[in-house]
Amino acid sequence: MAKYLLLKHYRGAPAPVNDVPMDQWTPEEISAHVQFMHDFAARLEKTGEFVDGNALAPDGMWVRYDGEGRPPVTDGPFAETKDLIAGWMIIDVDSQERAVELAGELSAAPGAGGKPIHEWLEVRPFLAETPSTTECPH
Amino acid sequence: MDEVLLRSLTPVVLTVLVRRGADFAAAEDAVQDALVEALRVWPADPPRDPKGWLITVAWRKFLDATRADAARRRREDRVEEEPAPGPAPAVDDTLQLYFLCAHPSLSPASAVALTLRAVGGLTTRQIAAACLVPEATMAQRISRAKRTVSDVRFDRPGDVATVLRVLYLVFNEGYSGDVDLAAEAIRLTRQLAAAVDHPEVAGLLALMLLHHARRAARTAPDGSLVPLAEQDRGRWDTALIAEGVGVLQAALARDRLGEFQAQAAIAALHADAPTAEETDWVQIVEWYDELARLTDSPVVRLNRAVAVGEADGPRAGLAALAALDGSLPRHAAVAAYLHERDGDLATAARLYAEAAHKAPNLAERDHLTRQAARLNGRLKTRRNARRNP
Repeated sequence: MAKYLLLKHYRGAPAPVNDVPMDQWTPEEISAHVQFMHDFAARLEKTGEFVDGNALAPDGMWVRYDGEGRPPVTDGPFAETKDLIAGWMIIDVDSQERAVELAGELSAAPGAGGKPIHEWLEVRPFLAETPSTTECPH
Repeated sequence: MDEVLLRSLTPVVLTVLVRRGADFAAAEDAVQDALVEALRVWPADPPRDPKGWLITVAWRKFLDATRADAARRRREDRVEEEPAPGPAPAVDDTLQLYFLCAHPSLSPASAVALTLRAVGGLTTRQIAAACLVPEATMAQRISRAKRTVSDVRFDRPGDVATVLRVLYLVFNEGYSGDVDLAAEAIRLTRQLAAAVDHPEVAGLLALMLLHHARRAARTAPDGSLVPLAEQDRGRWDTALIAEGVGVLQAALARDRLGEFQAQAAIAALHADAPTAEETDWVQIVEWYDELARLTDSPVVRLNRAVAVGEADGPRAGLAALAALDGSLPRHAAVAAYLHERDGDLATAARLYAEAAHKAPNLAERDHLTRQAARLNGRLKTRRNARRNP
């Protein structure tokens, strides 16, 4: 029972095998891809492993505090070199092996030619919020 | 309204329905519906006979659900008649329920969820909140678990050890939201101990009680971790400690040692020390040796290295640690602690930072980061003193 974040990148991840940008796909291929993502989430809800998921717009900005009484400073759009997150899914699974297995399945989402994208997904374990009930003597 | 009473009636009511011929999955759903209704109705209109009320309502829910299910229409005739109230369910039935919910065919997460619902009487919403997942996900996890065990014979005895592992998992889920799973695990283990005569059940109960007794002292008001040696022992719950020690002694007297009894014995030795300095580390090392013989777990040997460091000095502890795989969880934290005790602050600071990087939860990470910062502060002061004598 551990939570993992599966991260999908617009850029910043190593190149996938089926490396054709989405705007070069046919509309049917896009529909098939979207359907795959929906079905994947629905299946994880059925297995009792789905927590949350969403997609992010590619546009964004940096924001930081600029001192008392001043509005926050913003900077953007992002530089071309910035690692860019496209979306995320949170799963609650029994083991890291299961998290890897599911990420592997998600990476098989169909792309150009209806073939799996083989896209690299980032898999990150959550740091649990609460400490365990027992302690080590140190 | 006494929610604990309500929950303690859950397994009783469930086994009544199963004995009347309802299949487990349908009976469990009906009991859950009855519980939700009780939570709604009882505060304003408490029943005189809570158990009778629950059985009646759960049975009615079962009949309604069965009737609504067109595919099962044929079965209706069989269950239509209100059966004569059977004899009070035997404790064995409750025990069967524990076995079923911890069945080896279930994944740990599913076994925990099913146990909390069918034996613990928690609602799906409460279990979801405690496990920090959406209610829909938890509902699916539970119905899937019920499908997995649907072919398991209810009258076949199971292995107590699998039940204990599930209860220990529940205990370690800790507490988040409004449901205290540690307290719930203790309640369920107590109930199990009443139903089955087994020294390891007693051992687990003792272990939970002894750990739970220290809970208030384990975190500072700001939520940060307080290590055992620095805890305010005046805040330990002496009643829980006395109960835990009593349960443990009775179990040990039966001379059928097991993993949980040995762990509880170590917890009892900590609880027994009026100050950290007075801890009987030599005996604790002996118990770790016993535990290593029983389980041969690397985690046990890691904790043993800490105890050896206290009993025979940090060098001995580091020697014990050297034999272990450095990739073990908390290995760096233990090494840091022993190096600090040995006076090597620079190595300790580096290892604490490394341990923080690998910590499995936020509280531990913050604690280890603070330890690294504390040592780095001392090292800096020392360097400055040397520079400006």
